[in-house]
Amino acid sequence: MAERSDRKDLPGDVSATQALLTAGDYIAGRDLATVVYLALHMGRPILLEGEAGVGKTEIAKVLAATLGRDLIRLQCFEGLDLSSAAYEWNYPRQMVAIRIAEAEGSGGDIGKNLYGREFLTERPLLSALEEHANGPPVLLIDEIDRADEPFEAFLLEILSDFQISIPELGTIKSKEPPVVVITSNRTREVHDALRRRCLYHWVDYPTQETESRIVALKAPDIAEDLRNQLVAFIHKLRDQDLFKRPGVAEAIDWANALAQLDVVTLTPDVLNDTLGSLLKYQDDIAKLQGSEAARLLAEIQAAA
Amino acid sequence: MSADSGRLAANILMFCRTLRNAGLAVGPGRVIEAMAAVRRAGIERRDDFYWALRAVLVNDPAQFRLFDQAFHIYFRNPRLLERMMSLLLPTLEQDAAKSEKEAPVRRLLEAMAANNDIGEDESARIEIDQSASWSRREVLRHRDFEDMSLEEQGQAIRLMRSEMLAIADVATRRFRPHPFGHRYDLRRSMRLILRNNGQPIELARKSRRRRPSPLTLICDISGSMSRYSRAFLFFAHLMSMRHHEVHTFVFGTRLTNITRRIANRDVDKALTAVSQEVKDWDGGTRIAECLERFNVDWSRRVLAQNAVVILLSDGLERDSKADLDFQMQRLHRSCRSLIWLNPMLRYPEFAPRAMGIRTMLPHVDLFLPAHNIDSLSQLGRLLQQDRQRAQRQVEKYRAA
Repeated sequence: MAERSDRKDLPGDVSATQALLTAGDYIAGRDLATVVYLALHMGRPILLEGEAGVGKTEIAKVLAATLGRDLIRLQCFEGLDLSSAAYEWNYPRQMVAIRIAEAEGSGGDIGKNLYGREFLTERPLLSALEEHANGPPVLLIDEIDRADEPFEAFLLEILSDFQISIPELGTIKSKEPPVVVITSNRTREVHDALRRRCLYHWVDYPTQETESRIVALKAPDIAEDLRNQLVAFIHKLRDQDLFKRPGVAEAIDWANALAQLDVVTLTPDVLNDTLGSLLKYQDDIAKLQGSEAARLLAEIQAAA
Repeated sequence: MSADSGRLAANILMFCRTLRNAGLAVGPGRVIEAMAAVRRAGIERRDDFYWALRAVLVNDPAQFRLFDQAFHIYFRNPRLLERMMSLLLPTLEQDAAKSEKEAPVRRLLEAMAANNDIGEDESARIEIDQSASWSRREVLRHRDFEDMSLEEQGQAIRLMRSEMLAIADVATRRFRPHPFGHRYDLRRSMRLILRNNGQPIELARKSRRRRPSPLTLICDISGSMSRYSRAFLFFAHLMSMRHHEVHTFVFGTRLTNITRRIANRDVDKALTAVSQEVKDWDGGTRIAECLERFNVDWSRRVLAQNAVVILLSDGLERDSKADLDFQMQRLHRSCRSLIWLNPMLRYPEFAPRAMGIRTMLPHVDLFLPAHNIDSLSQLGRLLQQDRQRAQRQVEKYRAA
């Protein structure tokens, strides 16, 4: 696999990559920055796995914004097939072309012309391989675990050679490969063949300090005291035996909810009223509501 | 390339080989990419070097710890084996829970030892031998299975050919050509029209493709169930050969995912691998606790695609009732249907008196009397049973 030619707009080293992501309001650790840097320069897709709400999808958006590239997003679902992911022939137009050819009496070689580029409808994958004015686009293949295995198999050709073979037309290969970001929530294991073609990164919950910086960026309306309490409480929650632990997205939601309610400091009452923006399963809420939440709150206030 | 970078490349190569021997899928392509990645990221900062290697060489979070240990051992001290020994010896004195955490080191040690035929003196050998037995914290037993007999192999093939009626296929959102399908297949129609010199023809049709339902098998291997586990593992092996979406778990006092081990093409090798991996054969049962582990750790990963769960257990449980009730309810809610095979039902006068059974019954869709699953064919026949009859049986036991 040829290495991607060095473009001027790509960050020069890992620190620059980290700074680039920070400029796009994404706080990334050295580990993630290294993976992104390598992916940009080696022309390899990034496979991001992690719990829901830790900011996997966000990375692609931030990369597109800070590099000034187009973002092409493909949301996966079961039964996603070629005609909705890569390309589709424009059948009505083909039919009309046949009629016109008949009317003009030139039906003989119509078969050759029917499968030209003008009859091809582009879908996200094909359009990611096309040339873009802003440089190679960022292709986000979101929640690949929701697509089924045949689709994964189809992706293999695109991810290793950045090309699509269309039987009627031939192979379409991109001049400059797109930046590919694949995310998975692990509701199904992604096949080894696909993993092998990617740089892998597990997006973990951030440390308390990092999360505090993230919340400060994304929910600037709340005071520092409250922010620290809130982040400490969420970290306590993640240690609990919960069915679904709150992610960073929930932390930001909660911070915004508290800002809306003009809360100055966390109290057991406030907790009980807003627990729904943190925990999304009734069993978890029932477990925490009341005395348990108050106990955790007391613990973090004692520690502070 | 300078002499220094040559040595670095050689070191990365050896490191990759060590990882491969420790069980990571690191092929030659990966090695080349690891070198390219390191060249890119530079080696000025140790953490960049670490993350670059990890991004290329590891693709499963379960392997992070192994990689981490291997990295630190390998790149801190090139005289690995000595290093390994000094790292290992103190753990012998540590408590069991701690040494459990260090388990991958054992695999690593073996892998590194295989790589470096450094002459070991006899005293060192003995230490290693001791290390092999340090993690027996519960009463752990190994189990050896007889190899599959020819007769059983025949049964297996017959079972493969027959359909599992209890587990209906599910419709996918993909299509295949079908003469009476409900949708038009425009792409194929267009090709047919062209073949017909542009003259309109009857449009081609398509219908939904069906596929076997994803399957999750959870098997109780506690002492009271010991005589059924062999047949069940054969069955699990067969199913994983037949479909690729089969996940297999076994539990006694703890839950073990044996999906990868049981998927070995050779059934005897698969069973040997399982018998070595699982540590709680023929011991006690903690159904509620193991189901909880399944619900929290695995259910979202293996049941998301509408899977059918087959639970093989006698339901003899001593844990508190409330928790088992809750865990069964959650399991039932997160799968398409829950089939319970219970060997206790071979006695005609069976009534669900045991607390565990009474608790679990309301949460299953099918309750099948697995009265004679000593042999493989019986288990297959069981799953082909008439659904309605099985349904009536659930009603009957619930009423009792």
